Amino acid sequence: MGETEGKKDEADYKRLQTFPLVRHSDMPEEMRVETMELCVTACEKFSNNNESAAKMIKETMDKKFGSSWHVVIGEGFGFEITHEVKNLLYLYFGGTLAVCVWKCS
Amino acid sequence: MPLKAPRKQSVSMGRGARKRDEDSGTEVGEGADEWTQSKATVRPPDQLDLTDAELKEEFTRILTANNPHAPQNIVRYSFKEGTYKPIGFVNQLAVHFSQVGNLIPKDSDEGRRQHYRDEMVAGPQESARVVLSDAGNLDEDEEPKEPAIEAESQIDMAIAEVAEKVAEEELMTHKQPKDRKLTNQFNFSDRASQTLNHPLRDRECQMEPPPRTNFSATANQWEIYDAYVEELKKQEKIKEKEKTKTPVAKKTGKLAMRKLTSMESQSDDITKVSQAAKIVERMVNQNTYDDVAQDFKYYEDAADEYRDQEGTLLPLWKFQNDKAKRLAVTALCWNSKYNDLFAVGHGSYDFMKQSRGMLLLYSLKNPSFPEYIFSSDSGIMCLDIHVDHPYLVVVGHYDGNVAVYNLKKPHSQPSFRSSAKSGKHTDPVWQVKWQKDDMDHNLNFFSVSSDGRIVSWTLVKSELVHTDVIKLKVEGSTTEVSEGLELHTVGCGTAFDFHKEIDYMFLVGTEEGKIYKVKQHRPHQLLIGPLGPEHLGSLKYLTNPVLTDLSAHQFCKASWCSKSYSSQFLDTYDAHNMAVDAVTWNPYHTKVFMSCSSDWTVKIWDHTIKTPMFIYDLNSAVGDVSWAPYSSTVFAAVTTDGKAHVFDLAINKYEAICNQPVVAKKKNKITHVQFNPIYPIIIVGDDRGHITCLKLSPNLRKMPKEKKGQEVQKGPAVEITKLDKLLNLVREVKTKT
Repeated sequence: MGETEGKKDEADYKRLQTFPLVRHSDMPEEMRVETMELCVTACEKFSNNNESAAKMIKETMDKKFGSSWHVVIGEGFGFEITHEVKNLLYLYFGGTLAVCVWKCS
Repeated sequence: MPLKAPRKQSVSMGRGARKRDEDSGTEVGEGADEWTQSKATVRPPDQLDLTDAELKEEFTRILTANNPHAPQNIVRYSFKEGTYKPIGFVNQLAVHFSQVGNLIPKDSDEGRRQHYRDEMVAGPQESARVVLSDAGNLDEDEEPKEPAIEAESQIDMAIAEVAEKVAEEELMTHKQPKDRKLTNQFNFSDRASQTLNHPLRDRECQMEPPPRTNFSATANQWEIYDAYVEELKKQEKIKEKEKTKTPVAKKTGKLAMRKLTSMESQSDDITKVSQAAKIVERMVNQNTYDDVAQDFKYYEDAADEYRDQEGTLLPLWKFQNDKAKRLAVTALCWNSKYNDLFAVGHGSYDFMKQSRGMLLLYSLKNPSFPEYIFSSDSGIMCLDIHVDHPYLVVVGHYDGNVAVYNLKKPHSQPSFRSSAKSGKHTDPVWQVKWQKDDMDHNLNFFSVSSDGRIVSWTLVKSELVHTDVIKLKVEGSTTEVSEGLELHTVGCGTAFDFHKEIDYMFLVGTEEGKIYKVKQHRPHQLLIGPLGPEHLGSLKYLTNPVLTDLSAHQFCKASWCSKSYSSQFLDTYDAHNMAVDAVTWNPYHTKVFMSCSSDWTVKIWDHTIKTPMFIYDLNSAVGDVSWAPYSSTVFAAVTTDGKAHVFDLAINKYEAICNQPVVAKKKNKITHVQFNPIYPIIIVGDDRGHITCLKLSPNLRKMPKEKKGQEVQKGPAVEITKLDKLLNLVREVKTKT
């Protein structure tokens, strides 16, 4: 019983892999959606190179919303950051990745 | 002293030159100001205003080189001759402007001297430093400048000096070979000068930095996993909810309106707030209309004791709504269960100006705003509230449709509605009335319309099933009722009322002014027809098995009565000269009914007698009549001239005991009147959409006086005998004549 449930959960979990899960964000709705899409695109494009993905997100964000964006992508990290209000997005992606995007000049 | 004059001049010139230097300095400053300012022509205050002619006048002037200011009478003492002699030669030169240039001709003494010094300073350092030497000259230039000016006066001295220097120079130049090339092709060198340097100033500002906040979190695999699992559960829940919701919606759509109440309880939290808001609204209204409420409950017109018979109507609340402005009140009906609630139908009696309709339900507890609002495209002409189901309101529209509204349903659409397919009327519906439930316990009602049909409507599940009960025909002679089929013109029904006890008998008023008494054969009555219509009332509720037992009868009867024959005219009363506006049975006496018409009359009938018992002429078209619920002899009528008339036949059978205008303006026509079933109040509606509530004064609801030692009897029996007494008087008269 427990096993089947576990399997089922796993299957469900895998099914969710492409689903970005926003943990924290104070961005305006429009900006958040755009940033989320960007994160998904970047992480899918560089699925085995977080550095490139982060770079891509940072550069695109700089272009779109003005300079001094910072991006952290990783499977496990802790952080305490200072960010400009309405410019933070912290999301999980693909079941294993955490992405933190913020702006601070 | 010939030297004196030139000396003076030279001094003055020297000063002039200095002054000019100063001037030029100030001029620079002024000039700097000038270009910032806008130019404006400045006129001296004493300038002459000349006419054109004067301006055009020509003045001839001959210009000469003579100085007009030069003195012409200078005399000097001549030692030689020992006398004063006039001097003929006067200097005519006047210097207006002089400027010292910053360029010096190379061939001049100054230039040469400067050049010589350059050579000296540069010395062996070659000619590469021409620029430097030129710069060096600048300082030295100052020195020869002043002497040069002064030198002018000491020409002789200067010449001597120059001669020496030239000699020296020539020597020096000979010593230094001139191998340097001239860079200045114009043979000039610069004299240095310095312009004013503007002072510099710093200015700074700082803006508030964009607000920042801190955020911290830890990302690791187990947290990410947990978050995803949680989200997954949430999504599943939402899906489940949606699944459960949709089937509910479908079910309720299919089921009859009773089930729909479950939807109400499911609606959001706003209902709770609305409940509270409603209570507060009631409280506020109770406060505002406190005096009216007190009047309604306690005020009895003391003046009635001193009046003999007459009574008055005390206006209480007025009801109106902006949405129903300019819509006439076409129907009024009290709710049978809630005595403070009544329904108002809005439409228009002006057939050139038909517009929308409104169904409003007001409560006496809240006169400011209706409890329910329903609007429709077509004007409402009549309505009725079900006695057993006080939440069901049936309305008849101007376009011939009938519709049933359910007050329990939150939306504003009717629960049932007839359509062109389902046998709607082709003309305005003039009256609708709920009937007792039929054998299958289906709700049903009747409607009458100008198209001459009286239709029975049954609410079966979610649809309205119609059955034509009768088609009104205009007869050539009123007696030949049974030959109705051969006559062609359609009678236009305007009002009907069912007999209180004999369900299948009803009265129909028509536009022609006739009233028909009609006997209706319902299917189950048909088959037991042989028993005679008198017994049908008691046998009405026979159940289906009995019916099948009687199928033989059924067949024989069916062949005898086709559907269109299922009703027959029992009687015709030639009642009015104009359209019958209302016809209504007395609530106590089963034989008596009353009719009113636009021909200004109200008539009271015994349905067994073809002529009216009482006739009242009210001097204006009568819109509506209504029996009082508390007495068999009291009724109210309203006329289009804005008056309400209340009669009590037991007190005065010739005149109204109250005759009172009740609307503000005389041009407002009163269209309808209704007695409240419990309280001594009536409501009247006018053609402007206003409803007025009036209280009957004690005289209008006087009961028979108590006699000492005799118990006052109450109840329907008393009321019937009371009316019978009156009728007997009239009957006797009639038989005599």
